[in-house]
Amino acid sequence: MNKILLVIQREYVTRVLKKSFWISSLLAPVLITAIYAIPIWLAMKDKEQKQIAIFDQSHLLKSTDLQDKELVFTFTNIPEQAFKTQFAKSGYDAFVSIPVDVLANPKGVHIYSSKNIGLTLKESVERLIQNKVRQELMYKAGISEKVYEDTQVDIDSETITVSENGGETSSSSAGAMILAGIMGLILYVTLLLYGSQVMNGVIEEKSSRIIEVIISSVKPYQLMLGKIIGVGLVGLTQFVLWIVLTIGLTQVTGKLYASKTKAIAQMSQLEHGKAADDMAKAMQDSPMGEVTKVLESTNIPLILVAFLFYFFVGYLLFSSLFAAIGSAVESATEAQQFTFIVMIPIIVSFLMAQNTMQDPDSTIAFWASMIPFTSPINMMVRLPYGVPMWELALSMGLLVFGFLACSWISARIYRVGILMYGKKATWKELSKWLFYKG
Amino acid sequence: MLLSIRHLEKRYADHVALNDVNLEIPKGKIFGLLGPNGAGKTSLIRIITQITGPDAGEIYFDGEPLRLEHADQIGYLPEERGLYKKMKVGEQLLYLAQLKGMRKEEAIAKLKEWFIRLDIKEWWNKPVNDLSKGMQQKTQFIATVVHEPKLLILDEPFSGFDPINANMLKDEILAIKERGTTVLFSTHRMDSVEELCDEIALINHAQVVLSGNKDEVQNRYKKNQFAIRFEGELGSISGIEVVSSQTGNAILRFSEGISTNEAIAKIIQQVRLLEFKEVIPSFNDIFIQVVSETN
Repeated sequence: MNKILLVIQREYVTRVLKKSFWISSLLAPVLITAIYAIPIWLAMKDKEQKQIAIFDQSHLLKSTDLQDKELVFTFTNIPEQAFKTQFAKSGYDAFVSIPVDVLANPKGVHIYSSKNIGLTLKESVERLIQNKVRQELMYKAGISEKVYEDTQVDIDSETITVSENGGETSSSSAGAMILAGIMGLILYVTLLLYGSQVMNGVIEEKSSRIIEVIISSVKPYQLMLGKIIGVGLVGLTQFVLWIVLTIGLTQVTGKLYASKTKAIAQMSQLEHGKAADDMAKAMQDSPMGEVTKVLESTNIPLILVAFLFYFFVGYLLFSSLFAAIGSAVESATEAQQFTFIVMIPIIVSFLMAQNTMQDPDSTIAFWASMIPFTSPINMMVRLPYGVPMWELALSMGLLVFGFLACSWISARIYRVGILMYGKKATWKELSKWLFYKG
Repeated sequence: MLLSIRHLEKRYADHVALNDVNLEIPKGKIFGLLGPNGAGKTSLIRIITQITGPDAGEIYFDGEPLRLEHADQIGYLPEERGLYKKMKVGEQLLYLAQLKGMRKEEAIAKLKEWFIRLDIKEWWNKPVNDLSKGMQQKTQFIATVVHEPKLLILDEPFSGFDPINANMLKDEILAIKERGTTVLFSTHRMDSVEELCDEIALINHAQVVLSGNKDEVQNRYKKNQFAIRFEGELGSISGIEVVSSQTGNAILRFSEGISTNEAIAKIIQQVRLLEFKEVIPSFNDIFIQVVSETN
C-alpha cells in the first residue's frame, strides 16, 4: 500500500511541477472570465456613432422615426446622382436614398457608402424604414397607429420545473442547456486529455526500459493504479484551481465594472438608471448570466459532487483502458491503432450529449446516461434539467461496476504488455494476454 | 543456501521457458548463470524477482518460501535498463530506493555515500537526459545496490559498459561480495565468469545442463592435456601423444597410467624443458562444448 502511495506521489509531483500544468491552469480561468466579461464590456463601451445622410423623396419619414443609438441621420435635398460625386468629401458614412413610391416599391431603397457597410448598419437602416413603411401601410388599410402599437407584444416565457411533491422552482432552459453543455464539454476534453496522459506515461516507462526495475519493486497493478490515481489527482487539482481562479477573477472584474458604472452614474445623474440597467441587462444576456440563473435554481452541491464523481470514476474507467493500450505498444504512433477504440465511446457520448441536451428525458438520453462508457458525459448533461435520484444512483453504481470490470481487463493486459518488446501487438495477441497465468 | 530453486517450470503459449530447473545458490558467493540467448535465463530471473510467477516448483529465499516482501531484499539490474529521462538523478534514485522499502532519510544518507564513493557528487540535480550513457549506467548500478540487498541480480551487467566503467563495476561487485551479499549474474562474457564467479550453472533449452563450483567444473572438463615450451627437437615418445606442436611449443596428452612426473622424465631426455603447464579448459570452450552436445 505504501508503495502505491509512493507511485502516486511521483506521478503527481512530477506533473504538477511542470510549466505546462500551470499555464493551462491559469489560462482557462482567464478565457472563461473573458467570455463572461467581454459581452458586458462591449455593452458598456460607448459606441461610435455613424453619420448618415438621408434623401427621402417620399417625405414619409420624420426625424422622430429615425432614432438609433449608433446612427445619426441628417436629411438632405441633394439628389442621388449629385451626392454620389461629392460623397467622399461629405464626411458621411453612408447615404440613403428612398424613392417616391417606396410604399409600392419597398425594394427601391438604396444605401451608398465608400466602404462596404456593416451588416448591422444595413439592418438598422432597413428596420427603421421598414417600421415606418409598415405603419403607413397599416394606416392606409384602416388600422390606427394605436392598434398597431398594441399588437407589438413580446412573448417571454418563464420556465418552471415542478417537483414530484408539487414544489416549484423557476428554471431557465437556456441556462440549463449552457451549463449542461459546458460540463459535457469539460468532461469530454478532460477524459481524453488525462486518459492520454496516462497512456503516454505508460509508454514512457516501457520505452525508456525503466519498467522492469520498477516492477521488481512493486506489482504491476500497483504501478498502474498509482499512475492512474496520481494523474487523476493532477486533474482534480486543476479543476479546483480552475474553479477558484475563475470565481476570483470574475469577482474582481465584476467589482471593476461595478465601480465603473458607479463613476458614470455619479458623473451624470440623468444616466444613473440607464447605466445600471445596461449593465444588468448585459449581465443577464451574457451566457454566464443565464448560467447564473440556473445555478440559483439548481442544487449546486449535488451538481458539483456529481461532476467530481463522474470525472473521477469516468476517468478511472477510461484511463485504465488507456494504460492497457500504452502497455501493449512501444511508441505513441503505434498506439493510434488502438486508441480509437477508447476514443470512440468518448466521442460518441459527446455526440449523444447534443441529443441529450435537446431532449434530456428521451429514451436514448436515459440509456446514454446509464451505460458506463457514455454515462459520465450524458448524465452530467442531463443533471441541470433535473434527474430522479434513483436514476442518478443507478448510473453511478453502473459506472463503478464498469470501472472495476475495465480495470480488471486492463490490469491483465498491462502486466503482460509492459514486458513485451519487439512483438507487434494485435487484437488477437491482446486477447491472449487476458488469459495468461501470473 | 540463500536461494534454493526446486523443480521450477514455466511455459508460455508457444514454448517451454523452464523445464524442471533445480539450483542451489550459496550465500555470499558470486553465482554465474550462463547460457545461450533464449535458453531461459531471463525467465528464471523474472521468477526470482517475482515479476512473473512459475507454473510449478518452489523457490526458497534464505530458508523461507519466496514472498512478495522479499522483493525489498533483492537488487535487480535488468539487461534492458533505463531511467526516467526527465527526472533528476538524485530524486530518481531516492524514488527507486524508497520503492525498495527504504525510509527517506536513510535513503538520502546512503545515496550520498554512493555519490561520494563513485565521485559523482555534482550529478544530484542533473536531469537524466543530460547524462552520458556511462553516467546513466553508474546511476542504474547505484539504484540496484543502494538498499543493500541480500541478493544482487545482474543480467548482462557488462553489456554496453566501456572498459573503464566495466572495471569499476567489477571492483564494486567484488566489494559487495566481500560485504556478504550473494550475487547472481547472468552473462555471455566468459572472461568475466572466470574472473568473478565462484559457482556456475549453464542453462540450455530450458534445462540446467551443467552446474557446480567453478574449479570443479573446469576440472571435470580437463582432457589430461599439458602445454610445454622447450628447446630442441621433440620426437615421438611412448605413452605421450602430441596434440599440436609449433616450434618450441606443444600440447601433449598423456596415456592412462602415466603420471606427470614420469612424463616429464621422458620429455627431458629429448629436449630442454622451459615451461610445463596443465591445460585448463576455458569456460568459452566448456560453454561451446556443452551447448553443442545438448542441442
